[in-house]
Amino acid sequence: MSTTIDPEPEVEQAPQTKPPTRAGDALFSGTALGAGLLVILFLAGVGAFLTIRGLPALDASGDSAYGEPNIWKFVGMLLVGTVYASVIAMVIVTPLAIALALVISHYAPKKLAKPVGYLVDLLAAVPSVVFGLWGLEVLAPRLLPLYKWLNEHASWIPLFDGSVNQRSLLTAAIVLALMALPIVTAILREVFAQTPRAHEEAALALGATRWEMVKLAVFPYARSGMVAAVLLGLGRALGETMAVAMVLSATGTGYLTASIITSEAPNTIAAFIANYYANASGAKINTLIFAGLALFLLTFLVNFAGRWIATRGQVKG
Amino acid sequence: MAKSIEVDNLDIYYGDFLAVENVNVHIKAKSVTAFIGPSGCGKSTVLRSLNRMHEVIPGARVSGNVRVDGQALYAPGVDPVAVRRQIGMVFQRPNPFPTMSIYENVLAGNRLNAKRMGKSEADDIVERSLRGANLWNEVKDRLGKPGMGLSGGQQQRLCIARAIAVEPEVLLMDEPCSALDPISTSAVEDLIHELKSEYTIVIVTHNMQQAARVSDDTGFFNLKAVGEPGQLVEFNPTTKVFSNPDNEATEAYVSGRFG
Repeated sequence: MSTTIDPEPEVEQAPQTKPPTRAGDALFSGTALGAGLLVILFLAGVGAFLTIRGLPALDASGDSAYGEPNIWKFVGMLLVGTVYASVIAMVIVTPLAIALALVISHYAPKKLAKPVGYLVDLLAAVPSVVFGLWGLEVLAPRLLPLYKWLNEHASWIPLFDGSVNQRSLLTAAIVLALMALPIVTAILREVFAQTPRAHEEAALALGATRWEMVKLAVFPYARSGMVAAVLLGLGRALGETMAVAMVLSATGTGYLTASIITSEAPNTIAAFIANYYANASGAKINTLIFAGLALFLLTFLVNFAGRWIATRGQVKG
Repeated sequence: MAKSIEVDNLDIYYGDFLAVENVNVHIKAKSVTAFIGPSGCGKSTVLRSLNRMHEVIPGARVSGNVRVDGQALYAPGVDPVAVRRQIGMVFQRPNPFPTMSIYENVLAGNRLNAKRMGKSEADDIVERSLRGANLWNEVKDRLGKPGMGLSGGQQQRLCIARAIAVEPEVLLMDEPCSALDPISTSAVEDLIHELKSEYTIVIVTHNMQQAARVSDDTGFFNLKAVGEPGQLVEFNPTTKVFSNPDNEATEAYVSGRFG
């Protein structure tokens, strides 16, 4: 029954003092922050190294640019080769990964889906040297007859023109596709599996078949995730070194050609550096590092685009 | 167009687990039938077995008979996809397709049936369905806008419009108002009254007043005992179920002396 003013509100208003921090919380947030900063530091360090050591190559020409008239021609050739091989790889891997991810997330019974998922993930654990060996010794000889047939019957398409070689850009792209398959499939699988059940049931209740349900409910929901998955896979393919270096038979920066079944193909940056770094010295090293800088920026951009599209899609829902 | 449903000795299993036992119901054409009962007693499961939607869950199967105007739903060779095209369903949470406009949402089922339709025919279907769902006046000026931009109650009526756009024989509703506010609920209930003249409607609801308001017949589901399968305890005209039920458990449930 008291009518005195409650003193409590004053206590609530008073303090600018922070609530006490627990030692564990402080430790954890400190560690997390430190780890995060360290990653940025590493990335900045790599970027700085590539820039500082690569910039002297800007006036490289002739011998120090591996026979190209200037550094831009040199990097340009390699960039074309890198992007060309990776894009072909993505063209191959995208339908394959979509099909595989759909089987795992929507078609296969659980008993089958899990082991298939594991197997695909396991593919990511195979060292790239092994992919390279396999591509060189097993895949390439078996593709040769196909290339010859394509060259005979479809050489009017620029893709299949020129003199046939089994260690061609297409062979390298197929190996790259297999190497990018696990990451693309894994992301797609997650994206597909997140389709809200309500949307799937809405489609099924309207009398959609399984495939119609996928088209009606899963794909529209997953669209941005699918683009992101392919871009992240592209990022993986762009930087792949060993397998391409082993499989592709391009010499030097290679030749600018549309054909994907000859040895006269443009080389890729990563493979070129791997093949030539051991014997490089002086200005040539700067040239190679400059090429590395170009690759760094390219993969950075592609990954950034992938992440950006992925998050943009999430916000939209 | 509306059809009656005959359910005989229906048992529904999830894997080895018997979820619902021995359901016998006769659902009249052009009437509203309500299923009530506590959670987990299998009313939604029975509802979903009427258009084979429960089969979406791996391991689900039934024994017994469900006949729609004499035609067995579970006869070998009956395609569940074809069944669902004739028996529409509305869900607990409104689920319009998020990337589609209001217009496209209404037509989603018709597009699946892969009939070629001209612009004017499509326009007609959209207008008729949205009018049928009492939504036309609210959305006619923004048919191109996304369906997700509507309020919850409008979304649910959009889902009903989508379901009736394909002119099904039966409309199943699984707690269609449980995510809606009272005003939207009342709009949907009015709609159910109107739809009754053309469709056979089966509705699952947790709201007993709703069952009393909208339905002609009511089925009360309950678990036999804890851990035992659910069963249909009583099936009678709604007025009887709510005033003078045959079964004691039913009376206890509808009068609120339960659990």
